[in-house]
Amino acid sequence: MPAAPRTAARAALTLVLLALLLGALAVIASGLGFIAVSPGEVLDAVLGSLRGAAGSPEALRQSVVLDVRLPRIVTAMSVGFGLAVAGAVFQGLLLNPLADPFTLGVSSGAAFGAALALLLGLHFLGPATLGATAFLGAAATLVAVMALSGRDNDLAPTNLILSGVIVSAILSAGISFIKYLADERVASIVFWLMGSFVSRTWTDAALTASVTLAGFAVCLHHARDLNIMSLGARSARSLGVDTRRVRLVLLLTASLISAVCVSVSGIIGFVGLIVPHLMRLAVGPDNRVLLPASGLAGALLLLCADTLTRAALPHEVPIGVLTALIGGPAFCWIFTRTRSGRRHG
Amino acid sequence: MAEATLALRALAFGHTREPVLRDVDLTLDPGLVHGVLGPNGCGKTTLLGLLAGHLAPDAGEALLNDVPVTAVRPAALARLLAVVEQSAPFPFPFTVREAVLMGRHPHIPRFSRPSEADLAAVDRAMAAMELTDLAGRTLDTLSGGERQRTVVARALAQEAPALLLDEPTSSMDIRHSVAAMAELSRLARRERRTVGVVLHDLNLASAYCDRIILLGQGTIRAIGAPADVLTPSTISEVFGVRAATAPHPEDGHPVITFTRENRT
Repeated sequence: MPAAPRTAARAALTLVLLALLLGALAVIASGLGFIAVSPGEVLDAVLGSLRGAAGSPEALRQSVVLDVRLPRIVTAMSVGFGLAVAGAVFQGLLLNPLADPFTLGVSSGAAFGAALALLLGLHFLGPATLGATAFLGAAATLVAVMALSGRDNDLAPTNLILSGVIVSAILSAGISFIKYLADERVASIVFWLMGSFVSRTWTDAALTASVTLAGFAVCLHHARDLNIMSLGARSARSLGVDTRRVRLVLLLTASLISAVCVSVSGIIGFVGLIVPHLMRLAVGPDNRVLLPASGLAGALLLLCADTLTRAALPHEVPIGVLTALIGGPAFCWIFTRTRSGRRHG
Repeated sequence: MAEATLALRALAFGHTREPVLRDVDLTLDPGLVHGVLGPNGCGKTTLLGLLAGHLAPDAGEALLNDVPVTAVRPAALARLLAVVEQSAPFPFPFTVREAVLMGRHPHIPRFSRPSEADLAAVDRAMAAMELTDLAGRTLDTLSGGERQRTVVARALAQEAPALLLDEPTSSMDIRHSVAAMAELSRLARRERRTVGVVLHDLNLASAYCDRIILLGQGTIRAIGAPADVLTPSTISEVFGVRAATAPHPEDGHPVITFTRENRT
């Protein structure tokens, strides 16, 4: 494929455009639904609540926007942002443009932890229980995958992916077994696994947004190291990057982001895979630009998908199903196109 | 620029019954180009990995300016030593210029933009490897030799007092092989850099190296000037081929030729 001229100005412009688009769509999406609210009213409601004004005549419409739609929208955007950033980081670390939170088994681990909590009806941490068990599942999976793949502490990319696939397969069987055991509770587990943003609260939104943004800050701090590490571990070390430390920090951070996203919304596939891939075509492989661009585009994608299923479709389709139905074919198209491009190049 | 002396002392490497390297004692001095030669699988890449601190010796020491090289912090090591690996992965489509600029990583503080000096070093390195016209091309569109020139340019841009290169010219055409070796020789002579380079082409080594380190069967078979090491008898002994040598008509270094019925 021809190399587009890449300049700092162009990258900055792309980021600003993505951010503006995301903001505008968030406002519009807040107005869409059974009770229509105009974008102006949405802004009034948000600004009014920020100023502490209460008891306006439009209380119901305000409450729909502030208490029902916005938490769901913020959660959807945070999850999209987090999954895409985690995907970009995993791709950079594993030197594999096809890697994402699922390749490492991290998402399956999180799903297993959460499904176990649903099965046993655990509530020890209140609303954060699912998040905590998902993170425990993800962390345990990551430890197992790393132990399987790296006797020499070098964490070779192919070993990591292979171990991830093996552990994922075991966990998938585990999740199936949980579903089998769950009897009448199976419906809630299945629906949760397919992914949904239905009835998210501000607690969910705040938890997801804060973990995602904090994790993003850590990843961005190491973005240049991640660039250098695409040269291979030895070359990166000879350029002064402490590859073992950076790899460990980024694996843990990206896993934490993935786990929180999975715990709040179930398994939503393809965002972590496709978004960084598309953004790499648009802004180039420099992670200092790629990470924020992927995050914004991921947020945009899930916001659109969630608004579509919430406000446009006659019945709510689980968002994980929707992203896979749209994302799968889109990915096949990208994959064949880039492969044929390489053959002719 | 600071100077760097690399040394291996009574070094052995390899856990198996047959060690990869044993009884290795050598010093790479500033101002000289050292050529590491030897048959396939004799431990050349391992030797370079030990000098660079990528591998830890099982016995003996690998020293950089009299300090064990594995004890030097990565950031400090990167300002003393540039390394070119034999095969580098390029999974993402960085441009040639971006890849060469990565060589300046140890000199650019986190979150800073490259300075004028950094960009000038990148321009010099790209000019030395004749990459200026390819600056905007992405790595996935390059030929093997062009990629090698990019990796060598990255190491040149690093401007470290010591350079270790593992078969940097194996895919380059003769013009760029000669250009790369001439640049390394110039850096050693003019800027007192320490250069260690693994080569397979005996004539390239003979023309540009000041000191030849000949490895065979996991140990050093000969060290010295090309004219002293690259003799028909030594070549026959280490590589098992019949060779003849004659002084180059202009430059005087030994030119090695091989007879057709060449196995000894």
